[in-house]
Amino acid sequence: MEIHRYEKLWFGLSLLLIVGFIGTITYGAVGAGVQMVSDSGGTVDPSYSTINENEKFAQQEGNRAIHVEGNEYEVAVIAQRFSFSPGTGDPITVPEDSRVTFYVTSPDVIHGFSLVGTNLNTMVIPGQIAEVTVEFDELDGDEPKEYGIICHEFCGAGHEEMAGQLQVVPEEQWEGDA
Amino acid sequence: MGVFANEYPDEAFVVRAALGSAFVALALGGLMGIIQTLHRTGYYDSLISNADYYTVLTLHGVAMVLLFTIFFLVGFFQWAMTDSLGRESEDIRITKLWYGMMVLGAAMSAVAILGGFFDSGSLGDVQADVLFTFYAPLEAHPIFYVGLAVFLVGTWLAGVDWFRSWWAWKQDNPNERTPLRAFMVLTTMLMWYLATAGVAISVIFFLIPWSLGIFDSVNALLTRTLFWFFGHPVVYFWLMPVYMMWYVIMPKLAGGRLFSDPLARIVFVLFLVLSVPTGIHHQYVDPGIAEGFKFLAMTNTMFLLLPSFLTAFTVVASLEHGARQRGGEGYFSWLTALPWHRPAFTGMSLAGLMFAAAGFSGMINAGMSINYLVHNTLWVVGHFHMTVGTAVALSFMAATYWFLPIITGREIFSRRLGLAQVLLWFMGMVLMGNAMHRAGLAGVPRRTADPTYDQVVFDGAYGAIGELRFQIALGGVLLSLSLLLFFTHIVLSSFDIGDRAAATPDTIPAPLSGPEHAPAVLDNLRLWTTVAIVLILLTYILPLASIVTNGGWLGGSYGALVAEYVLPAVSSTLDVFVGVIG
Repeated sequence: MEIHRYEKLWFGLSLLLIVGFIGTITYGAVGAGVQMVSDSGGTVDPSYSTINENEKFAQQEGNRAIHVEGNEYEVAVIAQRFSFSPGTGDPITVPEDSRVTFYVTSPDVIHGFSLVGTNLNTMVIPGQIAEVTVEFDELDGDEPKEYGIICHEFCGAGHEEMAGQLQVVPEEQWEGDA
Repeated sequence: MGVFANEYPDEAFVVRAALGSAFVALALGGLMGIIQTLHRTGYYDSLISNADYYTVLTLHGVAMVLLFTIFFLVGFFQWAMTDSLGRESEDIRITKLWYGMMVLGAAMSAVAILGGFFDSGSLGDVQADVLFTFYAPLEAHPIFYVGLAVFLVGTWLAGVDWFRSWWAWKQDNPNERTPLRAFMVLTTMLMWYLATAGVAISVIFFLIPWSLGIFDSVNALLTRTLFWFFGHPVVYFWLMPVYMMWYVIMPKLAGGRLFSDPLARIVFVLFLVLSVPTGIHHQYVDPGIAEGFKFLAMTNTMFLLLPSFLTAFTVVASLEHGARQRGGEGYFSWLTALPWHRPAFTGMSLAGLMFAAAGFSGMINAGMSINYLVHNTLWVVGHFHMTVGTAVALSFMAATYWFLPIITGREIFSRRLGLAQVLLWFMGMVLMGNAMHRAGLAGVPRRTADPTYDQVVFDGAYGAIGELRFQIALGGVLLSLSLLLFFTHIVLSSFDIGDRAAATPDTIPAPLSGPEHAPAVLDNLRLWTTVAIVLILLTYILPLASIVTNGGWLGGSYGALVAEYVLPAVSSTLDVFVGVIG
């Protein structure tokens, strides 16, 4: 088979680009530690009663993140037509300078859970518990910082109303509220 | 050789019918498109309610990406097979049968979707407000799923029909290489059989019984994964006919011939082998699928860039060759020697240009870590409006200006009108595609009737959200105008108006480097299909097994019917089996 010299060059450069892409993504996963949402959260039968019996969801009270140890916290969120619990109404609160693991599941249909403007973004699938860990930086001043949470997967008529909030509060306020 | 329409009148009839169905879907999808663009951007949201927006969105998606594209491509493929093999359908009744099945299936699904506009009760509960991805447990009326299945079986039969033609041709021409166009059709259909296995299993074994009430539930992650098993390769099902157009029609229009037949074959073999084991890249942020499987899908996806890169080279080289045949000179000034006055050429070139841009946003989607920033935002919508919405749709419309005379025997109404139409589409999509990508970067979600929230402020990297909304709406208006021009043109072309010549016979010139230079192994379809199946098994067996092991076939809870009859039957059969062996 006859292949033109330029075509061979082009083929080589294309392969180089592809391998380069895979390389940067591998670095992102291994070096920079950007983890994918995976099966680590486990499964749960998609009904309110079984979800509420689940260890992570049973311990969630109100809208405050649960302290685990050091600067690590946990929040369990139920996404359902058409609200986040907690999140809709009262914002989820987490302290500044923290590492927060979110557990999110749905008793009804598929939803999305996205903290707008950040890389906290996961699908919420009935039967599965999405587990995502994110870091919140120290705040610049004394004011809490607010993020919007939206459902980004169509979940029925009313989907466009499904939103919530998350508030990162200063250390003193977090301790004071405790 | 005469004009196709006269040489093969029966086949030309089916081709015209398929294109006609495609254009009905395009018109319907386009109408839904303008309604939702104006609704979502807030410019005119009093025509429909927010609830009806999702019915509109479902119809737009299904009509555009399933019906318009697939009806058009089966018509185009029928021409490609008949014309390149130089033989009639083995049995035209079969050809009409598969077309009829596709129409029947499409009509059933469309009725279900349209039912969503009426209050529940007046039509029973006929509705399918589930968008074109129909993720369970969102539930449509059974007629929607059954329609999809019938449509799908129609496309399978079309493939059987074409393989039958090819077999018969091979018996008559034992020592000849399969003509390039036929080769492209066959590889595409093989890919399609593999790809549709996923959605067929999902629809036939889970969604139809579930919507009929035989099962109480489904495993949401399982049906979703089976959908994407099909949902990514389907984009290559749209794209491969476009590549055929770029490979065989464009070089001809440019005044030359295809640069290399062997490389075109390699590209189609690569698509056959790599298209399917990539679907999990739509599920990078799905819980329940381990990271390793996502990484594997990412790697396959990146390698799938290769056939597109090769295509860029071959097509541009073929165009340059054509331009030089027409007297073009210099490093870049040969571009001016290309036939820009022909809407078919200009439209396909613009489609190719936009596909190059969309390819880059696709690489970002494929990068699993950066995907966190854009997943399910308007960015993704911008991406596929430039790929399927332009690379495919604009190529199909542009090719129609070349194709119509061949299948009707009559020249098109006006080249100038055609030129205005393709330019308008391109401009509309530049505005819409660009603004959607930017809005997505600001975090604006897709698939919502109203992307404004009390709790959320979207910050664009530059430019305000209001400006982006305006661009999307303006783009939508231009696209609608372009569609209006297109349909006017088709209607005018089908009547005997104006001073138009009869179509002249058109042949595809032989490539510069012909099939005799292609290694025979390239035509070994059995080998490539086997390789494709092995790759699919490697990519999918483990994640599917773990989804079923963790969540059960039906998401844990079985229907009463199943629990009462099926499970005891299975377990007693097993007991007998064990007893026999023991």
